[in-house]
Amino acid sequence: MVTHESGGGGHQHQPPSGFIRKWIFSVDHKVIGIQYYFLALFSVFLGMGLSVLMRIHLVWPNAQLPSWLWPGGGQMTSEEYLALMTMHGSIMVFMVLTTAPQSGFGNFILPIQIGAADMAFPVLNMLSFWVTFLSLMVLGAAFFVEGGPPISGWTAYPPLSALGQIAGPGQGAGQTLWVVGVGIFCIAALLGALNFITTTLDLRAKGMTLSRMPLTVWAWLITAILSLLSFGVLLAACILLLLDRTAGTSFFIPGGLVLTDTPVTNHKGGSPLLWQHLFWFFGHPEVYIAILPGMGVASHILSTFARKPVFGYKAMVAAMSSIGFLGFMVWGHHMFMSGLSPYSAFAFSLLTMAIGVPSAIKTFNWLGTLWGGKIQFNTSMLFALGFVSLFVTGGLSGLFLAQPSIDLYMHDTYFVVAHFHLIMGVAAIFGIFTASYFWFPKMFGRMLNETIGKIHFWITFAGVYAIFMPMHFLGLAGHPRRYADTTGVNYLGPLDEVHYFITIAALITIAAQFLFVINFFYSLKAGQKASENPWNATTLEWSVASPPPFDNFGGQEPVVYRGAYEYGVPDAADDYVPQHLAPAKAGKAH
Amino acid sequence: MPGTLTDDIEIIEAGHGRGGGVPAGGDDDGGDGGSGLPAIPRGAYFTAMQLGLAGIVMFFMALTSSFLVRKGLGTDWVAIALPPVLWFNSLVLLVSSATIQVASHRLEEGDAQSFRYWWGLTIALGLLFLSGQVIAWRQLAAQGVFLSSNPDSSFFYLLTAAHGLHLAGGILALLYVAFRPWRRSRITQATAAALAGIYWHFMDGLWLFLLALLYLGR
Repeated sequence: MVTHESGGGGHQHQPPSGFIRKWIFSVDHKVIGIQYYFLALFSVFLGMGLSVLMRIHLVWPNAQLPSWLWPGGGQMTSEEYLALMTMHGSIMVFMVLTTAPQSGFGNFILPIQIGAADMAFPVLNMLSFWVTFLSLMVLGAAFFVEGGPPISGWTAYPPLSALGQIAGPGQGAGQTLWVVGVGIFCIAALLGALNFITTTLDLRAKGMTLSRMPLTVWAWLITAILSLLSFGVLLAACILLLLDRTAGTSFFIPGGLVLTDTPVTNHKGGSPLLWQHLFWFFGHPEVYIAILPGMGVASHILSTFARKPVFGYKAMVAAMSSIGFLGFMVWGHHMFMSGLSPYSAFAFSLLTMAIGVPSAIKTFNWLGTLWGGKIQFNTSMLFALGFVSLFVTGGLSGLFLAQPSIDLYMHDTYFVVAHFHLIMGVAAIFGIFTASYFWFPKMFGRMLNETIGKIHFWITFAGVYAIFMPMHFLGLAGHPRRYADTTGVNYLGPLDEVHYFITIAALITIAAQFLFVINFFYSLKAGQKASENPWNATTLEWSVASPPPFDNFGGQEPVVYRGAYEYGVPDAADDYVPQHLAPAKAGKAH
Repeated sequence: MPGTLTDDIEIIEAGHGRGGGVPAGGDDDGGDGGSGLPAIPRGAYFTAMQLGLAGIVMFFMALTSSFLVRKGLGTDWVAIALPPVLWFNSLVLLVSSATIQVASHRLEEGDAQSFRYWWGLTIALGLLFLSGQVIAWRQLAAQGVFLSSNPDSSFFYLLTAAHGLHLAGGILALLYVAFRPWRRSRITQATAAALAGIYWHFMDGLWLFLLALLYLGR
């Protein structure tokens, strides 16, 4: 283990003894990071399970499901399909895409990468996790109430989401639990964001200037800023919706509604559009909350395994910052078809397409990083390359949808489903896999199996394209999203085989994810022991034992002497120089 | 230069940006004081407070835009007459901002007794404000104006309740500052009092903003 120069004033802190303090109500950022990771791992399989049921229903709408697969057994109704869709989206967005890349890996890695002993506020950190856990419980409780989960989708548009039981099954207790659960999640996200930003700003080790921070840290910082500024708005929207549902107010509910011949008399004058504005003011930054950490991780891993410095480090930081900034000004592009003024739509459209500029800078810099590198194609690198591929594929279709005149046709079709799954869902998941294969040795002290990893990558990579590429064609053919059953819709009949293909691809891809789980738990027990720095990487987390000791640096403060990406250094003993290596020691390598 | 070792590598004092180069042992409590947590610079607490307030601003701005948008739709907007007790409440809250300031100064001067007096007075004024807000609600309810009566009344109850909850949190924080044994903490009582003061002043300013919104925007 590398010794660190003392920054002075260090104290070694004793780890807590006892299972509860150590693993359940731990204040150690590493344990909390792992807790978040497992919460996301559980949630992602739950979310995937729901999508399998949906895919099965789409191609075999009359299938009699066995009772072990479907409560009570029998045929799935359209409402039940919508309930699965709502929960799939909500669980994936909040509990997986927001949780794993930021709260999971960010928690574990960020403090070590900047040379801190823990997050700034460890108790607050623990609270963030348990509030997130509570949120998952409340959201999940919707499965077990009368009427089941809500049917209004993860966007919960009123008036459907605001009127209660009369609007459909799941719109009673299920929708209320959804609103409360998401509201609780907002609080957890705000507490977490506050901790991340403070830690990054004020707890960096000596020498860790902003321009020496790994791009992962930059990504987590920018993501936390987006969380801080957006989740408060969703919380406000959830409170308004809850009041409309339970207290008889009319923030979102217009007058003159008639539901299955029953006029709605106790509400009037509200605006469903108001919810959409509030929701998407959160919802669009949320997309970047999901994807930005993946960008940071991909940049980091591409540089490490191409054995080259990141191409255009400052441009990468500027691009991520401007993506974050522009992310707050484009929410209206979700509402082109909601009755938005064409003038607003024009502005939102231009701003949305402007995001293509920093996105292109990032893509070219990733290619520039790879160019001429001695590329090591291990599993983590493969997933990082996959991330770049998916980012481009998913991002390009965004340029189509960003234009109101094209969106007129594409809106609410499978084209949109393909777009956001590739960019926000699958690309972000690839970021999570990249990080998993890269940091598993650091987190658990053992290596993941590379052979299983590569098989996992190739099936997943081919699989996600097989699932989502054909959806573009479904959308272009005018196939609306959210339809539970297309039987009898004549113009969609010829598309049945495409759906069949997608479902088969989905079943294979999802089955391949069990390879990851098997690899994960097998390696946890019996993987090859990881050394301190198995990847010959430069950042601070690789200067401590795997897994790191309780207070990360043994009571010492590391000192940082250089940037994060000194790879391919010609004069160095190895081809890299770690950030913490003092110039005198590095000089000996001459 | 990437990929090269240069001779002019210099160590730059980064981090502890607000700590002014003070080692991470904390400068105001002589070590970590047995809190069991790694010490952090005092400035980090102020960073966090400012960030927390930024989050709260976004929450109230969302409600404010909703107010303006909903009013703009307005066929059913009925302006409610604000209960006069609100003006008294506002005065109480303004005075409490002054008393908390005096209390903090007394604590920094080491006058614990005087601190407790002014701090207690601030808590009392905070409770008086909250009681006054409840009276305002009861007066409106007596006139038959309820949460669901019309959009203006909905926003009145919602905004006052949201602010009241935040202020109640502030009162809990003041009690915490007064009664926690600060010997075993990463910060001193004076720092905690200063942080609570920032929050309290912010809640005062926020109330004036909301009152202006409710009065001018009705």
